[in-house]
Amino acid sequence: MMVLRKIAVPVIAMIVFLAGWEALVWVNGWPNYKMASPSDLWPAFWKYRWLFLEYGWQTLWRTVAGLMLAVVFGVALGMVMGFSRTMRDALYPLLVGFNAIPKATVVPIIALMFVGHHDMNTILIAFMISFFPIAVSVSIGLSTLEPEYRDILRSLGASKLTIFRKIALPKTLPEFFGALKVSVTLAFIGTNLMEIVEPHGKGLGHLFDSGKISADYPLMFAVLIALAFLGIVLFYIVVALERIFAGWAEREHS
Amino acid sequence: MGEPLIQIKGVTHAYQTAAGPLPVLRDLNLSVPEGEFCAVVGPSGCGKSTLTRLIAGLMKPDTGEVWLHGERVTSPRKTVGMAFQNPVLLEWRSILDNVILPLEIVAPGMSRRDRVARAEELLSLVGLVGFEDKRPSELSGGMRQRASLCRSIVHKPDVLIMDEPFGALDAFTREDLWQTMHDLRMNEPFTALLITHDLRESVFLADEVVVLSGRPATAQHVLKVGLPQDRTLDVLYEPRAVDMLHVLRDQIQIAQGRTPGKDAA
Repeated sequence: MMVLRKIAVPVIAMIVFLAGWEALVWVNGWPNYKMASPSDLWPAFWKYRWLFLEYGWQTLWRTVAGLMLAVVFGVALGMVMGFSRTMRDALYPLLVGFNAIPKATVVPIIALMFVGHHDMNTILIAFMISFFPIAVSVSIGLSTLEPEYRDILRSLGASKLTIFRKIALPKTLPEFFGALKVSVTLAFIGTNLMEIVEPHGKGLGHLFDSGKISADYPLMFAVLIALAFLGIVLFYIVVALERIFAGWAEREHS
Repeated sequence: MGEPLIQIKGVTHAYQTAAGPLPVLRDLNLSVPEGEFCAVVGPSGCGKSTLTRLIAGLMKPDTGEVWLHGERVTSPRKTVGMAFQNPVLLEWRSILDNVILPLEIVAPGMSRRDRVARAEELLSLVGLVGFEDKRPSELSGGMRQRASLCRSIVHKPDVLIMDEPFGALDAFTREDLWQTMHDLRMNEPFTALLITHDLRESVFLADEVVVLSGRPATAQHVLKVGLPQDRTLDVLYEPRAVDMLHVLRDQIQIAQGRTPGKDAA
């Protein structure tokens, strides 16, 4: 019953959304260049199904690679800032400043810096846009650890590494996963930014761009839906990982 | 009773704050013989918590010395157990695994089965049988504090340092926990130092009550309790206990800079 409810509710919501969209286009009599309707999208998906698979895969793996880089770098930076007050004071303004730069302006710079390395360029942008929430949440998680938690082990002569492994790391996991959910979406934005602003014949961003050039509006909308689909898949993978590694933070509902 | 197990010799300590040094302890002397239970009471903010951190070796005093077991304390040691007002249980571990935690540090070679057996033994002493697999958030405040007490003595420390462990509990739960503390002590020999605000608690649990003066704190008065080891809560209503409570109350008022016997409105 619970499982059925968990699946049925979001599925029904999605059907209602698609029906509403279809009705909106139909009632207003919009042509597909103004707003494509869901019924226009199926033919577009079918026509370009192999391209969707190929480009979708390219977008997906580059996003995941960027995200993984962001996790490694973000956690390392968060640890440095979480453990050292000096480093926190030193790096915070730099980090905030870097994050404030619109990444669309960084795209051409990166593209020029590493001309021809399209995969690397795309991964770099996905990484740059998504590490910030991870670094901030890990540093806050570590720096707000109540001293008593540390003292339980410190009073027994435990090493800093042991305290980190047994207390600080698990205690910070819920914050980390919270940030990772934000970062997943951001990494997608990064990948597509590169693919659209500096198209190099790869990824869903490129497919979107070619739809624009050839005035194939249903194709453009179909790309948006494909991106949303990939976003949902990655998001729920993170949710599943969160259940496994930080499920204890979830209070049981009665 | 041989030489004192805990010895504090002429400890003076100050914190560096933005407004300059803040002296919290001044020439504090205190000694607790092996197996004794010492309660430390004093006005708020008089440096009681600092004292626990000094004995645990988490901090070093500016001047003076802290000795445990005839050795000078310069860093944390495995033979100390600590309990705080906040039970600080790890939410991602079951109650059983929370209690086991110190053994993972102190006795890395001990088998899982022996660790579990030791934890079970303590959990049954404090009445937590059947709650081993629960998460801390599923337990009441009193039960969490019981689990926390088990954790603080699971590795058989010679010294148990408690910083207001019952401070956040309601009055009835607190009295239950006093009884639990008593039962634990009958079964597990340890030397204890208890920081508290509750004078009845100090008289019921301790062999000796030390009253600290206001900040910077020094030992202002030492009261030998001298009640029988095997006591129940009724003892607090006997005249000798009431007399002791009066003495302590007067001493606290002196520590607060008031005239004893004249209550400020």
